[in-house]
Amino acid sequence: MTVRAPSDGLDELLAGLQGKDLLRFVICGSVDDGKSTLLGRLLCESRTVCADHLVVAETDSRRYGTQGDDLDPALLVDSLLSEREQGITIDLAWRIFESERRRFVVADAPGHEQYTRNMATGASTADLAVILVDASKGIVPQTRLHSYIASLMGVRQVVLAVNKMDIVDFSQPIFDAVAEGFSAFARKIGVSKVVAVPLSALTGDNVFGIRSDAMPWYDGPTLLEALDAAEPGCRKAVGSFRLPVQSAVRPSPEFRGISGTIVSGSVECGMAVSVHPSGYRSAVERIIAPSGSVRSAVAGQAITLVLTDDIDVGRGDIVASPDCEPAVADQFAANLIWLDDSPMLPERTYAVRFATASSTARVTDLVHRVDMDTLQPLFAKKLELNQIGYCKIALDHKVAFDPYSENRRTGAFVLIDRYSNATAGAGMIEFPLRRAANTVWRPMAIDKAARAADKGQRPCVVWLTGLSGAGKSTIADRLEQKLHAFGSHTYLLDGDNLRHGLNRDLGFTDADRVENVRRVAEVAKLMADAGLIVIVSLISPFRAERRMARDLMEDGEFVEVFVDTPIGVCEERDPKGLYRKARAGELANFTGIDSPYEAPEDPEVVLKGAEKDPNTLAELLHAHLRSSFG
Amino acid sequence: MSAGDTKYTSNGLPLSCLDRLESESIHIFREAVAEFRNPVMLYSGGKDSSVMLKLAIKAFAPGKPPFPVLHIDTGWKFRETIHFRDEIAARLGIDLIVHTNSAGAAEGIGPASHGARVHTDIMKTEALKQALDKFGFDAALGGARRDEDATRSKERVYSFRGKAHRWDPRSQRPEPWNFCNACLAPGESVRVFPLSDWTELDIWLYIHRERIPVVPLYFAALRPVVRRDGALIVLDDDRLPLEPGEKPEEILTRFRTLGCWPLTGAVESAAISVPDIVRELLECRLSERAGRAIDRDRTGSMEYRKRDGYF
Repeated sequence: MTVRAPSDGLDELLAGLQGKDLLRFVICGSVDDGKSTLLGRLLCESRTVCADHLVVAETDSRRYGTQGDDLDPALLVDSLLSEREQGITIDLAWRIFESERRRFVVADAPGHEQYTRNMATGASTADLAVILVDASKGIVPQTRLHSYIASLMGVRQVVLAVNKMDIVDFSQPIFDAVAEGFSAFARKIGVSKVVAVPLSALTGDNVFGIRSDAMPWYDGPTLLEALDAAEPGCRKAVGSFRLPVQSAVRPSPEFRGISGTIVSGSVECGMAVSVHPSGYRSAVERIIAPSGSVRSAVAGQAITLVLTDDIDVGRGDIVASPDCEPAVADQFAANLIWLDDSPMLPERTYAVRFATASSTARVTDLVHRVDMDTLQPLFAKKLELNQIGYCKIALDHKVAFDPYSENRRTGAFVLIDRYSNATAGAGMIEFPLRRAANTVWRPMAIDKAARAADKGQRPCVVWLTGLSGAGKSTIADRLEQKLHAFGSHTYLLDGDNLRHGLNRDLGFTDADRVENVRRVAEVAKLMADAGLIVIVSLISPFRAERRMARDLMEDGEFVEVFVDTPIGVCEERDPKGLYRKARAGELANFTGIDSPYEAPEDPEVVLKGAEKDPNTLAELLHAHLRSSFG
Repeated sequence: MSAGDTKYTSNGLPLSCLDRLESESIHIFREAVAEFRNPVMLYSGGKDSSVMLKLAIKAFAPGKPPFPVLHIDTGWKFRETIHFRDEIAARLGIDLIVHTNSAGAAEGIGPASHGARVHTDIMKTEALKQALDKFGFDAALGGARRDEDATRSKERVYSFRGKAHRWDPRSQRPEPWNFCNACLAPGESVRVFPLSDWTELDIWLYIHRERIPVVPLYFAALRPVVRRDGALIVLDDDRLPLEPGEKPEEILTRFRTLGCWPLTGAVESAAISVPDIVRELLECRLSERAGRAIDRDRTGSMEYRKRDGYF
């Protein structure tokens, strides 16, 4: 920082410091492009790196550095021990430095392909991306990938930092070729504003204060000048008023407020507003900003609104300006970046979180995934870590949102794995799908209760899960006979039998197993609706899908039965000879061998398949059902 | 309302950096309260805690912050810090919980007798874990900033801690759009950092702008000092045995950070007001934590301590 305290004029100095604005950018490049060196230089020259941190970096340089006994600026930014030992940057870091004009918050995204998720995270809040290229290597596939991710995440301003100009003798033709090649690509992916800067992070040419003497042919901005000239937070501040509600606040009977941060547009007292998904309308009576009551407030401010009417508003709602309302739907199309080790499987249920709303979500249709080398769409049945796909998503209730291209906060969501709680996916909404709106659920005169009463029974779904050969089908068959003898109306859905018809098109990959379970669960639900006692005999190896099946049924209607037979016993029985084939490598994706089985954590009934004969187990299960359902 | 004319505040100025940081922090406070079952705010009496308290009050105005405030008292805090803490708590009517590791205290653990590492592990890290477990807090709001240290620059806003409060740098959750994931299994917790993007200078500018009271230890005064390993140690009471040849001198000093007094070096300074401090910061190039003996213990020491559950 070049600001120095003058002996007088302290008030002006303070006003100047307090009045700086803020620009967030993401910096990305391949492993050897010199990103850490560039960042280290920005921090050093802005006087953001302090003397004692330099001393530590100098000590570390001798131990871990790549520059002999000289200071390795990269060590100022590569901080975790594990990174130093491996000589790579493994996680997203946030750096802060200042120019005379503004504060910069930099997301430092590692260049390794396996860390695409960090790059996406860094770009999600960035106003600008600095994309680093090694002048001696030119545009490489990673350059295109990073630019594509930045563009996908809504970054519209790019500074192309053509580094290591010292290695190519500060050659203008080389720079021009790189800059032109990149501009052509940027136009294709929708990045409208590109500024290319030739520089050397090592020597400091065209980085911060030093305008390069070695490149008299260049009359554009230095890197810092380009950053100072960029538009800060422009996409947030303009646009229609949106306030995702964090909470309704009622500290006293007289006060009813709505707290949240304005993510776009502005609001003033007296302005008409609408609340979504409900569609209620009201007007703004009072605005409490951090500084107290104000007449108006703008994007970026955390406020509390008091409305003129006592309408029902809660967390997850969006307060909007009525002349431009958000979409309200329970289905939409979206781009999805997968962040988790465990792959995204269509039809699996995830928790979903929007700006403040939450729900559960399923990817109903993975339309394609993007090939990371060619950026072309590919057919796919699942999304692995760091893959990007385009898909259709269904929620369990309607939510208000905007297309991501119009609003980066109200158009974004994350998917959360309901078992590991990992943040598993980052999504950008393209547009709402109206399918659900066109097919309305029509209530019929004869309902489930009537059908059940007619049969004199309470419908339920008895779901037997376990390994192949555990004894599920035999127990299910015996159970049905017993129920039948008592006059119950039943149906048995057997996994193997269903694969002869309904599920004939499905194989045994994880993705197909998820769809298999979904279909069986939906059929079971229809049969329960018909008033039947439904018995399901299905390996159904994943907790997530069994939970999905449970969630489909009414409370108490779903009885999860774990047929718990050790794999050794199943393999010994091997009634269909499948274990032998799987061991011989003739059968892929066999549960328990090369495909996982996730045992139930809290089933209603556990049947020890190795300890009692199927008839006794069926008897135990029958007794449980009679005590639970009469 | 049309696009283009809406990005300025009512006084015609763009939203300043400090205004944005303030609102972002308030947003985080509100999220934590909306999403966690039993949040608590950690409070040390220091400048960052004072700013946190101010933000917490603003976030929930006209109501009161709906969480208690927890101070981990190691038994070696400056007396002035303790006095200030109690005065603020009484004046603002704050629900203050003070916790000390009584087992450690009974064993007489202290920095003078056991060294910085053992003292910090037992009286600070262990004590914090005890308090969080005792009250069943699932989220602890703290004032850590990314500019303090290279390891902290990689922290999330919601820093996820597994069972036994362990921090695993490889299992931290990504936070795209600052959407934080508050899903926890039993026994897991998070540390929430509303001041993540603030710098030391921002803290002082905000204290100045908002007229926030701070402990007088931040301002220069003549204090009894011994020089030890290049640090200026202010003697707060007579529990620190002097080494041969050490003689306390009265030196004009102040503190940039307040930890346990035998472990916190003062700086020579004549700054007696917040503007003086701002001016000094602009001229000074020593980082704020440089006065803390524990950080220099070994390379990567902050990372080791964080993995063990330190803040």
